[in-house]
Parts: sequence; C-alpha cells; structure tokens
Amino acid sequence: MSTPKRIFVKGNEAISRGALAAGMKCFFGYPITPQNDIPEFLSQALPDAGGQFVQAESEVAAANMLLGAAGCGIRAMTSSSSPGMSLKQEAISYMAGSELPGVLVNVSRGGPGLGDIGPSQGDYFQSVKGGGHGDYKLLVLAPGTVQEAYDLTIKAFDLAFKYRNPVLVLADAIIGQMKEPVVPWVPENLDPDEGQDWGLQGATNRGPRLLKSLFLDDGALAGQNQKLQAKYQAMQAEVDQELFLTEDAELIVVAFGSIGRIVKSTIRKLRAQGHKVGLVRPITLFPFPSEVLLNLAKEGKRFLTIEHNMGQMVEDVRLSIRTVADSAFHGQLPGNLPTPDDFEEPILKALEG
Amino acid sequence: MTQEIRVTNYPEVLTDRASHYCPGCHHGTAHRLVAEAITDLGLVDKTILVGSIGCSVFIYNYLSLDAIESPHGRAPAVATGVKRARPDKIVFTYQGDGDLASIGMAEIMHCANRGENITTIFVNNTVYGMTGGQMAPTTLVGQKTTTCPGGRCRENEGMPIRMTEIIASLGGVAFAERVAVNNIKNIKKARKAVTKAFEYQTKEVGFSFVEVLATCPTNWRMTPLQANKRIETEMIPYFPLGNFKDVLAKEEK
Repeated sequence: MSTPKRIFVKGNEAISRGALAAGMKCFFGYPITPQNDIPEFLSQALPDAGGQFVQAESEVAAANMLLGAAGCGIRAMTSSSSPGMSLKQEAISYMAGSELPGVLVNVSRGGPGLGDIGPSQGDYFQSVKGGGHGDYKLLVLAPGTVQEAYDLTIKAFDLAFKYRNPVLVLADAIIGQMKEPVVPWVPENLDPDEGQDWGLQGATNRGPRLLKSLFLDDGALAGQNQKLQAKYQAMQAEVDQELFLTEDAELIVVAFGSIGRIVKSTIRKLRAQGHKVGLVRPITLFPFPSEVLLNLAKEGKRFLTIEHNMGQMVEDVRLSIRTVADSAFHGQLPGNLPTPDDFEEPILKALEG
Repeated sequence: MTQEIRVTNYPEVLTDRASHYCPGCHHGTAHRLVAEAITDLGLVDKTILVGSIGCSVFIYNYLSLDAIESPHGRAPAVATGVKRARPDKIVFTYQGDGDLASIGMAEIMHCANRGENITTIFVNNTVYGMTGGQMAPTTLVGQKTTTCPGGRCRENEGMPIRMTEIIASLGGVAFAERVAVNNIKNIKKARKAVTKAFEYQTKEVGFSFVEVLATCPTNWRMTPLQANKRIETEMIPYFPLGNFKDVLAKEEK
C-alpha cells in the first residue's frame, strides 16, 4: 500500500473522513452551526460508501436513532453542537445504561442558551460529569489539531466497542472550522464480528437478546451500576495526554483542545525568552490524566489551568494535585477567538507566583 | 352445551408466563395479536422489537424476540436506527397513547412521513396507565382523570387527537387502520389488520400503523366488562374503526 497523500481539510471534514475510515455504517444528523459540514459531507459520502445517512427531525431523534443503530452492534455516529448536545443527553444516558457503543461528536460553541456560534469550552462539565441523568461516564476525547480530529474519531469507534459505552469527541468551533493538512489512514484488521455476539439481529437459532436500562428486580439496578463503575475504572487504562516541555518547567499550563494548541504557541514564545514553562494537554478528558499531573506536582512544579470558559476543567486539575499543590486559573470568555498573545500575561503572572 | 373450538394455536413467540397487566387490560390481547402475526408470517427469527415507556415497557417479557428499550416517545426514532442498521430485519414499535401522541408526537410523525419500513402498534386506552391515570392526548372530552378531575374540557385541554387519521394523511404511510379488541368480531378484524401491517413491511411499501382501542379498567375505575362496553359506547363513536390508508388495496382488487 502506498503512503496516503496529505489532504487539506476542515476539522469537520476530518471528523467525517475519520468516521468513514473507521467503518461507520450509519450517521444521524441535524443542522446546527458550527458542525454542519459533518452531515453535509456525510450525506453524500456515506451512501456512496454503502452506509445510511438520515437527517433526523431533531437532535433528540438523531441521538435515539444512534441508540437504535448502536443496539444492532454496528458502527454509528451522530454529531451536533452545544445546544443540540443538551437535547441528546436523554439518549446518551439511556445508551450508557444499556451499554451501547455509539459515537457522538460535539463541535462546541458559546453558551449558555443560544449563546453564539464561536468557539468555547463551556461544555466540559456536561461532557465529563454526565449531562444526562444517572451515574454514568462517557469516554471523552478532545482533539487539538485537525489531524487529531481524524485520528480520535477512529479511536472513538474502537473504544466504544471495547467498552460498549458511548464515546464523545469534544471539539469546538476552532477545530471544526479550521483547515489543516491531514494524513488520512485506514485502521487495519477491523473485526468483522464486532458487535455480532450481543447486537440485535433477530433471534435466529438462539434465545432472544434484550438491550435495556430498566432494572426493577431487587438488587438488579445496584448490580448494573456496579458493573458500570467497574467499567469506568477499567477505562483509566485509556488515559492520554500531550506533554510539551514539562521536564524542566517551573510552571505547568494545563489546557485542552484548541486552547491547548494556542497555549503551546505562547509557551514556544516564552521559552524563547528563557521562561521555563511547559504544557500538559489532556487528550482524554475522561479518563482524566490525574496521575500525570500529580507526579508533576510532586516534582514541585506550579500549575496554571487555562480554559475557554470560566473554570470547569480546573476543578479536575485541582482534584488531581490537591495533596501537594493548587492550580491558578485563567478563563477566556466565549465570544472571541483567543490568540497566543492573550495568554502571555496570565502565564507570566502565574510564573511569578 | 357449549363446544370449545380452537381457532388459533399458541404462537411460538409468545412466552409462557403470567403477565403483570391488570385484570381486563387489553395489552395481553394486543401482544397476542402481534405474536400471531409474526408467527403466521414466519418472521420470528428476523423481527426486532422496540419497546417504549408505560405499562407495555415489559413487552419483551412476553414476546421472545430480540428487543431494545427506548426513551419515552422515542421508539420510532430508535426503530429508524435499528431498521437503517439492519434493513433486512422486521422492526416494530409498540407504544401507548401518552408515549406516541404526546411526548413522542414528533418522532412518530417523521418516522411515518419518511416512509420507514417499520410497523407501529399503537395501543390507545385514553389514559396514562402506569403513572396512575393522568390525562392523555386521547382522553375523551368529559372523561375524568387524575389531572382533569372535572373531566377533560375542550376549552382548556383541546380535543382528543385522532392519530390514525393524521398518520394516514402522511406520504410515507402504506397502511393505517384503527381496530378494537373489545369483542370477538373486532379481535378478528384486529388480527387481520396487525398481520397486514407486518406483511406490508415485508413488501417494503412504507410505514404501517395499527391503532388498537383498548381498555384500562384500573384507571377508568371500571370492571373489565364495563370497560369493554365503554369502548363500544364512548370510544368507537369518537375514534371510528376502519382502514384509513392501504396503498396495496387497489392492486389487490
């Protein structure tokens, strides 16, 4: 096989192409800015690839279509943006309860409410702390580049089936709308029997299969929740993060997604000026790279968390390092596109201590 | 002396277990009609059931089929996902009136309008059963429920929604019929309609819909016999029985 050529695409298209490369069979969408390129691209590309595209009547319906398709043990996805993700939470909770491996993409925007269509990281809590009702967790992957948007979408499908759990790709308007070179790749050895041993297909020559989240018998719901919690514990094995110039750093900036990459530029500039700053960019937001942060704290480093919101992930950073250190915080308000220069002052201030 | 004549065999897909439904409730009859249709058409091995919320949430206990549960009202969307993932399977939803005509109105309308090759069995007993007898979109004017204790009032709550007529008006619908299961004659007609609805799905001609007028003696505060009678005297006059759409009828003639 020859080396694939680089393509120059928007993050939204990279997500769409990643999903196709991952063998996605069904996609369910509903228009909302800034993710519209995904359903628009897939409405043509997915049927061409032999799959099914449905424009649902609402985000609620799209997420429930995903629930049904995922219940068949096939690779399926829906995408949306912040207000639409709120509407999908009902189905996400049911999918977590029924242990269904759907992939969801949130190209998030400013809120609360209708907010705006610019970038924001205001959906962090909703993404990693639940969002829907009940005691559940999603695997949450946060791309920081368009290439990562491609790569992590493929990974999302693998993880969804590995754990039989919904997986969320949390991008934002910057990642979704930005064009960058991507080297496309296709995962090898996709398991043709994936989902065959539990998915719905008609009870041919066997007993019926039942996918549900209702557990009324004495102790049954407790048992299901214990099983789910054990699964979330096992997901700790999937922790992933980017470490940038952390070894000799006095100050560690923690930032994810597009803000992580912008901060990286700031750090390059400050390093050139001799300032010892480094970056930890969590790629999995759940599971959160707590151990990595704790170990850095034990080395005596100080911390600054930067987010495109008024302080959400910083709570997880503080929980991670609380026994040895605290984290300063700089919040970027939504409604604007931050530049590396915007973060210079807060980083220098935190460096002074 | 009466003679007992077996008119149908126990369908293999119906499980042999006591039901949780109240005495006189028609869910059991409706379940059986579905079971008979699926068995008669030879579809047992390829049918996927999409359950909903309400008393019938446990339908998977009584039908031995691959099944998935859906959030309240969303069964037609879940079924759409199932059918798109497995177009070669027979997919049906089983929904009550609160589920289908209230919270799930958008999902049923669009699923039907898209012409998904799905069958919906809509059990209309004019009340929310499982939650304790609250007003439904199909509650008749004057009917007392726990949330319209003075009786449903047209000025305040509007008129009961006639779903089959609405569904029949949509382009993607192949078959829409309203039946009742309050007497043998009506049950026989209901059986034919349910079978036809599933048969049409095998022919991939579009969405098929059967509304079953049913009792809820517990929440109607009636005996089973009184409840059966109410279907005849109060429900059928407002919800007329019959076929409202049949895209293959002309061809058959």
